[in-house]
Amino acid sequence: MIRLEINGKSQTFDLPGEMPLLWTLRDEMGLTGTKFGCGMALCGACTVLIDGQAVRSCITPIAAVTDKKIVTIEAVGTDPIGKALQEAWVDMGVPQCGYCQGGQIMSAAGLIKRSPKPTDADIDEAMSGNICRCGTYTRIRAAIKQVAAKQGGAR
Amino acid sequence: MNPPVDPVLRPDGDASLVRQLILANVSRRQFLRGMSLGGLVLAIGYPSSAKAEEAKKYGADDMPDGWVDDPLAFVSIDEDGTVTIVCHRSEMGQGVRTGMPMIVADELEADWKRVRVAQAPGDQKRFGNQDTDGSRSTRHFFEPMRRCGAAARTMLEMAAAERWKVPVSEVHAKNHEVVHRPTGRRLGYGSLAKAAASQPVPARETLRLKDPKQFRYIGKGQLKLVDGRDIVAGRAQYGIDTRLDGMLYAVVARPPVYGGKVASFDPAEALKVPGVERVVQIEDTPPPAVVNPLGGVAVIARNTWAAIQGRQALKVTWDDGPNAGYDSVAFKAALEEAARKPAKVVRNDGDFAAAAAGAARRHEAEYYVPHLAHATMEPPSAAARIANGKCEVWGCFQSPQLARDVVAKRLGMSADDVTVHVTLLGGGFGRKSMPDYGVEAAVLSKAMDGKPVKVTWTREDDLHHCYYHTVSVEHLEAAVDGKGKPVAWLHRTVAPTIISTFNAAAKNEAGFELGMGVINVPFAIRNVRIENPEATAHTRIGWFRSVSNIPHAFAIQSFVAELAAAAGRDPKDFLLEVIGPARQIRPQTLGDAWNHGEAPERYPVDTGRLRRVVETVAHKAGWGRKLPKRHGLGIAAHYSFLSYIAAVAEVAVDEEGELTIPRVDMAVDCGATVNPDRVRSQMEGACVMGVALATVGEISFKDGRVEQDNFHNYEVTRMEKAPREIHVHIIPGDFGKPLGGVGEPGVPPIPPALCNAIFAATGKRIRRLPIRGQLGPSSASTERP
Repeated sequence: MIRLEINGKSQTFDLPGEMPLLWTLRDEMGLTGTKFGCGMALCGACTVLIDGQAVRSCITPIAAVTDKKIVTIEAVGTDPIGKALQEAWVDMGVPQCGYCQGGQIMSAAGLIKRSPKPTDADIDEAMSGNICRCGTYTRIRAAIKQVAAKQGGAR
Repeated sequence: MNPPVDPVLRPDGDASLVRQLILANVSRRQFLRGMSLGGLVLAIGYPSSAKAEEAKKYGADDMPDGWVDDPLAFVSIDEDGTVTIVCHRSEMGQGVRTGMPMIVADELEADWKRVRVAQAPGDQKRFGNQDTDGSRSTRHFFEPMRRCGAAARTMLEMAAAERWKVPVSEVHAKNHEVVHRPTGRRLGYGSLAKAAASQPVPARETLRLKDPKQFRYIGKGQLKLVDGRDIVAGRAQYGIDTRLDGMLYAVVARPPVYGGKVASFDPAEALKVPGVERVVQIEDTPPPAVVNPLGGVAVIARNTWAAIQGRQALKVTWDDGPNAGYDSVAFKAALEEAARKPAKVVRNDGDFAAAAAGAARRHEAEYYVPHLAHATMEPPSAAARIANGKCEVWGCFQSPQLARDVVAKRLGMSADDVTVHVTLLGGGFGRKSMPDYGVEAAVLSKAMDGKPVKVTWTREDDLHHCYYHTVSVEHLEAAVDGKGKPVAWLHRTVAPTIISTFNAAAKNEAGFELGMGVINVPFAIRNVRIENPEATAHTRIGWFRSVSNIPHAFAIQSFVAELAAAAGRDPKDFLLEVIGPARQIRPQTLGDAWNHGEAPERYPVDTGRLRRVVETVAHKAGWGRKLPKRHGLGIAAHYSFLSYIAAVAEVAVDEEGELTIPRVDMAVDCGATVNPDRVRSQMEGACVMGVALATVGEISFKDGRVEQDNFHNYEVTRMEKAPREIHVHIIPGDFGKPLGGVGEPGVPPIPPALCNAIFAATGKRIRRLPIRGQLGPSSASTERP
């Protein structure tokens, strides 16, 4: 049995330890906000926060995260930075199809937690692992800057 | 070994479906006229040529099942005042679930805060055409949706007048209430809901539509996206998110070569994988593919991961069939050879040969655009279950009625017994017009005795089994006068046609492909000759956002810039001169009988509008401004989907050949805009997609197989390589005039604008996409002319 702490709740699973966290969340728990896009950590759609860090869940075996705090897009709004990002995303009309945006927000949350005053280069580095095929990048950048500014990290 | 579970849909046995599909994407007139399609008309047994003589229809009238403006189909009001508006078009990022209901709500005088949006299932008899493609949702449904809202508003007013026993002329609806003007009495929509629903639906010609000055939402751009909050909270439901009680999860091993099939397979190892429940063969599909599943072997398991593991363990031997030799390098050479020989003439103004013989100089160039895959972030996915003789399907479909009809045929059911639920689409771009994955889900559910089955395509599946953008060579020749101005223009365009997906014998571009910017090039040149050599398809060719406009605009707008450079002229001034004076051109005079399915008198080609976007974008982008070293500006303009778009790109190319794009400006004239912010976002997105296909996008084949597997070798543009700034300049429009498309026309001008900017920055002319690998210090100069 594998015990995972997801969005503040502890649960046990009878699943192989090498099973990726992504499919555990989606198929076994019904947390479908974390998306499948590539299965190889190439696109970022599956990004979750593990102990506050943005991690690609599609290549993360559940056996590797049994003693960590896992936060998905469904619960990121309970965190002030996550909530601010969600608000900015809505206000600035960032999403088009929206499929990748959960992963984008999780990567942005990881970025702002790590560097509250991100430069354009920081944003490029943190966000270039997240593909948006609709091409919302200019608005994602603007939304991150707006949140950083509101969090006191204006530049 | 499991036997095949179902029959394959064949065009000759399925005339109605094939016809519907083609009509969905092509215009009926063009289809019936049989321009390049004569064989197909026969092949699908269209009843009689007499039909071709029926009255001409255009726009939404010409689409399968046309339009519906019945308020009872689209609007319902609860007693608590909640107004539910049905959106019958598929949301794939263009904002249609906000835009369509907004139109209804405006005419209805509904308070947007009390509006909720419901998604229609696939049911075109009830809702009108639902094929969400061709950049036409707003242009075809703006008026019907206005009438829906106005009719519902009138019914509320009639109900209130009846309640108060006053003439209806004394009441009017305002912000979710009906007001009796003489007394100031008010009744909310909720309290009138029941009575209004029993009012007769007013006759269309009696409806009072708002003066556009009275619009409260339309054109204002102040409403947030209907699905925005669900998207940012991970609650939004896409096809791949479907969950049903007792659902099983499937992935499919498909033939790696188009037209291939299973020779043999051994499920033993797959069945040993924990969680795998069944291994099922799906019948193969010899070309043409139409919307049939490709066939192969499905692994069905308790979760997606187990299914993927099971497929890895599966042993399949394939019979590759006649396309096993498809090789992109060889095919490029074959297309080039075809492009250098005289071929079928599709437009001929004046006399190219005579004018060229007497001209001062001649120029020639060839341009290449490879296959592309849409790579929607949500790969194709659908779920199905069958119970009590009825099938339900959930999925990300651009064409839900088509999905319904094809599933019904495949299962041997009536379409009335098939319900197709439309989820959000995690990107569409034309891929999801082809619901082969929905049919797979239904076939697999049937194989599992009706149990719910969801089929998920992995990224590898998506890239290996797409309906690809075609591959093309564009051969251009121009003869110029002493000042370098073209007096004669020859364009040979050669590319496998989309029609080949429906009729394997088709080898020429169809009218709708030629009408995407090549035959209808609106230049002020007296001698124009357009030719179309034959090309054979060896894979499934489909619709990719802006379709044939991509290679046509790339070639034409690059070539004009090349002619400008040869003449020593400013590219913007030269482009305006080639476009010539402002005038309205009947598309027929350009040889374009298609005209995007729209009436030529309503939608002439307007070079004044094309000039205006060129002038606007040049002005806004600061054309001619001083730039840092190794920076350049490039300009391009293109008319497609009834809209006029021009772009200026600023690029920088460093000593190592690294390309960055500091800024892109786009000017768009699509007529009046219902939701200006979504027009902007569509242009921004089209810009990034244009950058992706210009700089890195390429699907190639070797031994019949796609060489790309995932985002490491099928690259798309990421944030660090995207334009840092995109400025969209919308030309103000008039709601009294016909609307243009928005979803697609932003793409075509981007690749030539970029390549023209690279030329300005470096002197290097790009004639082959993608640009990747051609800008380094060691890369050779211009390709062969």
